[in-house]
Amino acid sequence: MASHGIADQVAIIAMGCTTFREHWDRGADDLAIDATVEALDSVDLRPADVDAWWLGTAQSGMSGITLAAPLKLEGVPVTRVENYCATGSEALRQACYAVASGAYDVAAAVGVEKVKDSGYQGLNAFPIPTDGTQRTLTAAAMFSLVAPAYAEKYGVDPTELRRTLARIASKNHANGARNPRAQFRREMDVDAICAMPEVAGMLSVFDCAGVADGAATAVVVRAEDAHRYTDSPLYVKALSFVAGNGSGLLDPDYDYTHFPECEWAARDAYAQAGITDPRRELAMAEVHDCFTPTELVLMEDLGFSERGEAWRDCEAGAFDLHGDLPVNTDGGLKSFGHPVGASGLRMLFECWLQLRGEAPEDRRIETADRGLALTHNLGGYPGEMVSFVGIWGSELG
Amino acid sequence: MRGIIDVCGHLPHWRLERSEIAAVLGSGGGAGTRTVASYDEDPVTLGVAAARALLIGRSDVAPVESLTFATTAPVYAEKSGSPLVHAALQLPSSVSTLDAGPGLRGASAALRAALHSTDRLVAVIAGDVRTGPAGSVDENGGGDAGAAVLIGDDSAGELVAEHLGGASATHEFLDRWRAPGELRMHAWEERFGQQRYDELAADAWDRALGSCGLTDGEVTRVAVSSPHARAGAALAKRLGAAGVEVTDRLDRSVGFTGAAHPGLLLADLLERSGAGDVVALVALADGAEVFLFRRTAAGSAGQPVAEQLAIGAPLPYGKYLAWRGVLPTQPPNRPEPARMSASAAERRSDWKYGFVGSRDRSSGAVHLPPARVSYRGGTVDDMEPAPMAAHRATVATFTVDSLAYSPSPPVVFAVCDFEDGGRLPMELTDVAAADVRIGMQVEMTFRRIGTADGIANYFWKARPVPGAPVAGEAD
Repeated sequence: MASHGIADQVAIIAMGCTTFREHWDRGADDLAIDATVEALDSVDLRPADVDAWWLGTAQSGMSGITLAAPLKLEGVPVTRVENYCATGSEALRQACYAVASGAYDVAAAVGVEKVKDSGYQGLNAFPIPTDGTQRTLTAAAMFSLVAPAYAEKYGVDPTELRRTLARIASKNHANGARNPRAQFRREMDVDAICAMPEVAGMLSVFDCAGVADGAATAVVVRAEDAHRYTDSPLYVKALSFVAGNGSGLLDPDYDYTHFPECEWAARDAYAQAGITDPRRELAMAEVHDCFTPTELVLMEDLGFSERGEAWRDCEAGAFDLHGDLPVNTDGGLKSFGHPVGASGLRMLFECWLQLRGEAPEDRRIETADRGLALTHNLGGYPGEMVSFVGIWGSELG
Repeated sequence: MRGIIDVCGHLPHWRLERSEIAAVLGSGGGAGTRTVASYDEDPVTLGVAAARALLIGRSDVAPVESLTFATTAPVYAEKSGSPLVHAALQLPSSVSTLDAGPGLRGASAALRAALHSTDRLVAVIAGDVRTGPAGSVDENGGGDAGAAVLIGDDSAGELVAEHLGGASATHEFLDRWRAPGELRMHAWEERFGQQRYDELAADAWDRALGSCGLTDGEVTRVAVSSPHARAGAALAKRLGAAGVEVTDRLDRSVGFTGAAHPGLLLADLLERSGAGDVVALVALADGAEVFLFRRTAAGSAGQPVAEQLAIGAPLPYGKYLAWRGVLPTQPPNRPEPARMSASAAERRSDWKYGFVGSRDRSSGAVHLPPARVSYRGGTVDDMEPAPMAAHRATVATFTVDSLAYSPSPPVVFAVCDFEDGGRLPMELTDVAAADVRIGMQVEMTFRRIGTADGIANYFWKARPVPGAPVAGEAD
């Protein structure tokens, strides 16, 4: 048994991404069409030119018909996938494997979520019948469990940690303010965030991802065919996915200061891509900042910081737009909101812009010549989560 | 010889100062406090709490053969409440159960029936949540409590009190009444009921003494349970004059706890008595029941009522009104939890009602909820039951969730690590959010999580162990 990866076998040749916001005037159909047509138009393709489709959506529809019907696809396979909040990345992963296998020449991954039709704030899962013993905590509260555990383990004063978390949010808002596709485009300073009332543990609403509708699409082909469509494709360097077994909820040895599923996924991805020093080899990373403690811990799980040091690195600006390793340069979930099916592909869209030098000047990274970008997408909660890590490169080899 | 093998009253954590009622309503209220069941407690959970204090880890008594559950506020009509109590206590299916209620008389009648039963050991369990409209007599004079009495032959366990005899009086008259589901209690002119009760009490008392050849002066101590303070006062006065000690009715500290009150007073009565004392319980409810016992030297497993009275925490009147549903309050703007699945709940009954997980035989790893495959080593189907309800746990990390749906936000939640292995992230209750600390000790408590589609959903929560130190902190 081994994870071999498909480095340099598959290329992304086109992408589209809608604005992420409260699209009261657009349904999931519209959003999927908009993102997909944008991607296909950029390389002069039509829906009929795509051989197979993967649709990532958590709650906006079931079955491939959710995509086949609005795009009026004929006689082609469409597979709807769902893997918690990593749904968008999962759709892309399946499309890449389909092309790498030789089964299809052109495949597309479409991620879409229409969140704002529920009548409630936040994300709300479809209830599965249970024995009534499951907790009913919000995701914010589940991730807030990390903060006191981290403070206790590393001896960080909770007030200091509060400021670190606010700084993570502030950094992402600063990046998002420079992104026309982002939902929130206002900078927020650390003091203002710290002054917000707590809603879950020490977290305020500004420690939480926004809630938005959105869609993003990627078109993939075999690497050797890429230049038939574009001069600047991105190559798949690594695709890694881990579904946790929930043992963190059972095992007292799990201490809520790290996410093993993310560590495992990162280790596998770095092995596939041949990366040994991610903080210096990567040009940028888009990580799943659903809540500020999540991004803090991910800096360690993804190997960007030593254990217990991420809070100092965040404070020192290591992951700022012009830091050692820019993280969430598009503004992250913090600024974009989290339409579940779309987020993983939205992350890739930012890598697509940055590595190809197409990001607007005011949020363009200075590290693009490193040529490698990482996307990280997770779903679930501390103790039981799924985690995706993808690595994308502008050059073969 | 038949008698009481053990008895325990259970008072919930919260206390309402009656003076707060007048402060809000401008009138009513009164002196002293009443006990208040938490928003996640009901008659079933209060009864279970009392019974657990007597039954958990009890190797010195014979198995329970039948169980009676009494309440004036049943969770369901049609569906019985006693099987819920039975499930939470993890009793075998061969144990027969009976609901004594919803009338007030059921509680004392159940005691009598148990004393006359041929079952070797009977558990008589009661729980009540007494409420009423804001400013009502029942709100002010009521209290919430659970009670459990183990009644059996002396072959089933050491008796704390031998049953000497007793008498019953039944009489139909309209004193207090309430339609099923109605919040408000109605009462006829109190003096009518009082006089009827006084006659019934005197009649039953005299016959009870006669049945065991005793006189008033030979009784050491008596407790009188009655729905209003003046009913039974004449008998109490007569006995007081004869040198009998009349115990506190707990009106000022607890309130009248309905179906739980005879058991609660019985517990207090025996806790106050020494070996050889002759004690009597007079329970007035649509008639009268008189019980005469002789206290033995045997001890009780439960926490004395007087000790429970000394702890607890004050609850603002507004919170009380919201918890009882008397004052509708705005819930968080989140979807309400879906109803539980009956079949899924039944499949996992030991877990849901008994808090029984599983332990992997090869690695010893405890799984909460129970699992078939071990997280440590992956062994398949090699688990044994791991009952965890009596185990304490320590808080590993925690949070306070103001956004989640709850009948009483915010949700206080902690990752709980059990003393003999096992972990469960679970909700805390009977706690102030600001008091939670990493390292805090908690104990398990059976609670009503919520109600959806008329289905009451029960599971376990954790609550601070009163007086337990926080690990890693100096006293």
